[in-house]
Amino acid sequence: MHSALSSLSFSQATTVPRSNYAFDSHSPAFALSQPVNLRFCGLRREAFGFSSLTQSCSGRVRVSSRGHSKKISASAVGNGTPPKSFDYDLIIIGAGVGGHGAALHAVEKGLKTAIIEGDVVGGTCVNRGCVPSKALLAVSGRMRELQSEHHMKAFGLQVSAAGYDRQGVADHANNLASKIRSNLTNSMKALGVDILTGVGTIVGPQKVKYGKVGFPDNIVTAKDIIIATGSVPFVPKGIEVDGKTVITSDHALKLEFVPDWIAIVGSGYIGLEFSDVYTALGSEVTFIEALDQLMPGFDPEIGKLAQRVLINPRQIDYHTGVFATKITPARDGKPVIIELTDAKTKEPKDTLEVDAALIATGRAPFTNGLGLENINVVTQRGFVPVDERMRVIDANGKLVTHLYCIGDANGKMMLAHAASAQGISVVEQVTGRDHMLNHLSIPAACFTHPEISMVGMTEPQAREKAEKEGFEVSVAKTSFKANTKALAENEGEGLAKLIYRPDNGEILGVHIFGLHAADLIHEASNAIALGTRIQDIKFAVHAHPTLSEVLDELFKSAKVKAPSSSSPVSEPVAV
Amino acid sequence: MASPFLSNTTISFSSSLSSSHLPRLLPSISFSPIRFKSNPRRILIVRSKIREIFMPALSSTMTEGKIVSWVKSEGDKLSKGESVVVVESDKADMDVETFYDGILAAIVVGEGETAPVGAAIGILAETEDEIAEAKAKAASKSGASTPSAPPPSPAPAATSTLAPPKPAPAPAPAPVAEGPRKTVATPHAKKLAKQHKVDIESVVGTGPYGRITPADIEAAAGIAPSKTNVGPAVVVETTPAAPPKATAAAAAPSSLPPPVPGSTVVPFTTMQAAVSKNMVESLSVPTFRVGYPVTTDALDALYAKVKPKGVTMTALLAKAAAMALAQHPVVNASCKDGKSFTYNSNINIAVAVAINGGLITPVLQDADKLDLYLLSQKWKELVEKARAKQLQPQEYNSGTFTLSNLGMFGVDRFDAILPPGQGAIMAVGASKPTVVADADGFFSVKNKMLVNVTADHRIVYGADLAAFLQTFSKIVENPESLTL
Repeated sequence: MHSALSSLSFSQATTVPRSNYAFDSHSPAFALSQPVNLRFCGLRREAFGFSSLTQSCSGRVRVSSRGHSKKISASAVGNGTPPKSFDYDLIIIGAGVGGHGAALHAVEKGLKTAIIEGDVVGGTCVNRGCVPSKALLAVSGRMRELQSEHHMKAFGLQVSAAGYDRQGVADHANNLASKIRSNLTNSMKALGVDILTGVGTIVGPQKVKYGKVGFPDNIVTAKDIIIATGSVPFVPKGIEVDGKTVITSDHALKLEFVPDWIAIVGSGYIGLEFSDVYTALGSEVTFIEALDQLMPGFDPEIGKLAQRVLINPRQIDYHTGVFATKITPARDGKPVIIELTDAKTKEPKDTLEVDAALIATGRAPFTNGLGLENINVVTQRGFVPVDERMRVIDANGKLVTHLYCIGDANGKMMLAHAASAQGISVVEQVTGRDHMLNHLSIPAACFTHPEISMVGMTEPQAREKAEKEGFEVSVAKTSFKANTKALAENEGEGLAKLIYRPDNGEILGVHIFGLHAADLIHEASNAIALGTRIQDIKFAVHAHPTLSEVLDELFKSAKVKAPSSSSPVSEPVAV
Repeated sequence: MASPFLSNTTISFSSSLSSSHLPRLLPSISFSPIRFKSNPRRILIVRSKIREIFMPALSSTMTEGKIVSWVKSEGDKLSKGESVVVVESDKADMDVETFYDGILAAIVVGEGETAPVGAAIGILAETEDEIAEAKAKAASKSGASTPSAPPPSPAPAATSTLAPPKPAPAPAPAPVAEGPRKTVATPHAKKLAKQHKVDIESVVGTGPYGRITPADIEAAAGIAPSKTNVGPAVVVETTPAAPPKATAAAAAPSSLPPPVPGSTVVPFTTMQAAVSKNMVESLSVPTFRVGYPVTTDALDALYAKVKPKGVTMTALLAKAAAMALAQHPVVNASCKDGKSFTYNSNINIAVAVAINGGLITPVLQDADKLDLYLLSQKWKELVEKARAKQLQPQEYNSGTFTLSNLGMFGVDRFDAILPPGQGAIMAVGASKPTVVADADGFFSVKNKMLVNVTADHRIVYGADLAAFLQTFSKIVENPESLTL
């Protein structure tokens, strides 16, 4: 089985350069580039005996490459590394998911690697983000199910009062985070990555200082440096966060209390997920959204459906087109007071009195104190400017050699798995292979009940691009209502949407709202990453009955004019 | 191998929205999370050759629809079965087709606007000649501006679910306060208020910081509070799950207890309704209670003697109470207006009796004047009449003092509710052997009965009642006077 897998991945990697095409206009250089390495090597956990890293973050693309990659790394060491003039080949500042992914890949490539962390290993994702929130959402999903008498009745189940213990729920989230954190730490230690504790600062080209407060600083040198310092919750001015009644996601994940009524400022991923948690635990929620529509980042059709399912029937109301210009925490016997200002006219509009407010207005890069001034780099709204290969750009618009920035700190795509993919891409580059990440192939997911997931462009984005470049765009849709497995689960609510080019069968975007949407998206994201066309993927077989048939049907319902190529499936595969 | 996944064409909801718009043969559903069996198309009414296109009812709960987009523009030719307009219901967006050939003469409800189910949203003319006429008609339609729901509403739920004068766009984010007074209501409370048509401004909030909670709305709507399971989250699931039921109930407020499964509702009989009304009325009277232990050995002995002559304990007690009342007229008085005493010239003892699931108080008139035997006879007649439902009004509503006895059940004491229009009511418990110590410290066993009188404190004060009870006690303990 292993041999079959690795030979399959090998054959894909070799077939890709043959079909030479551009992924999109944002990366014109891509088509010109040399053979592309599309194998994203993640953790090689089989080799080191770690078994439970699977939840480290959603959607990391992992194609294990076995024996032959070792040969590559051996040759990379031989060719690339200069004589021992540096302490390390690679230093990564920040041990979040991005830094971790980069470190593991660097070791695989034979680089002597160190990672500097001033706080806890795992970064935002593991400690204050995706990981603990998944624990809370796992609880909310079950609560929702148990509370839905209608749903239970349809199964013939009888459940008496469902209740929860807040501390128990909070402990689950906390335990999960510490488990994943120790897994990450162990995996790096076992691989021989030096974990240097302290705040890292760049003091000059290829030179980093680190140290704890009150201890003398250490200076280390490295051939290449990756900045992976991540982000912190963004709090707009006028909002006073006290960590008790006015909170950010950092506090909310600890679930120190469940307010009767909580206002959530921002209706993006974070806000939506928390609304799912809080309403399942019995809170009422008021959304405050600056744009005219809730869920502004989503495909409009998906957003509309999501609103019908995730907002309207729940104890949620909302104010759109308004800024929360002032939020005062509860004190002196007064509730939390939120002043709303019209986003267009800037006139005061309303005042809300609630029990708590969660600020989910996005995240701000954490780049202060990095010493960027020492190498003449000026941040833009805090983000480190980089080119399409994550190389840092200085104040004069020139590339800073041997310095890269990945993840939230560069702001390209603020997702844990994007950071990791960017880190792997950088390691590929510093070990002598040009590599550029196709961001349009990176999936994203929102873990509400049901889930929302997407990859590539939304329909308006695709249509705008089509207009400019003069191609045709078509849309295909399938409903979860037609899927046997979804109906067996009594979860027929859902939609999958495919945006594609009918002329050549290119997948421009896929959006899913429905049961396990976050797990379903990868067939589409892998197809985009590997350049698989609809006319080819529609011949791939899906087990019946599974939710994956939603995508099967989606691909089959697309009307592509181009004939199917000799599909990879038809090629002989060694078994 | 007839595995369902091979036959996907029949159940797939996919449609290709390519820009080279293909003609649709089926009711094309741009997206549908619900599957409906009935035909979503509804274009009706023939009046001359000009037809109105109505807002269709796309689901059983739909009361209003929002025009997402007009597929056709004014002046376009339509043929039967073509998509004309995309309508957003409470559940989905759907293409609506025409049943007739013709020309879309006018659009009455524009894109993004909302109209109730059954309202004209466009005008269809059969020929070009009629376009002008159709336009005039459209002008009159839209001139009337507010599309107040017209009668031909096909949806069964159409009348109840929607707050009537508000064809606002579906996601109306308009929050609360517009008036001078700041009303704070929680999201769930607002949803309930809309659902049950409760004017939120008229509700007094009892939640933290005076906010209006879901319970306040439920109280205002006269419905029993939703059962508490874990927390309000349970409510979340029950209300939207059954919108038709909930709305039907909302139409008849104040009579909706969300029934516990398996419960039955039995309306009050006239008698029970009267009891209910009286009991509620009694709440406006400030009452107090005084209890008194009465030794009944002598009374019991008397009762044993007179029982063969047809005397009942009820008659004995009524007589004793009447004789005591004669000495304490204030306890026999009543307070009619809250400003004065009304002393009654007669002592009429009403006695509460349970009859066929009801409760009635036949009255022994002039109980102080009638002798024990007459009283007993009278009582027998009254009870027979009551059973036969033949009591005349003055035979049950002329009481000036009420006696209620539960002693025969072994009840040792209880608390009676004062009926409106009377000054006091006596609740009599069972007489039981009790160990008592006398003034010299000698123990003995005596039968003791607890009586507890509830009185209107506007006219009867504590001392009055205590004195009355003392008198009553003396009469019972020396019952010879009863037979006089």
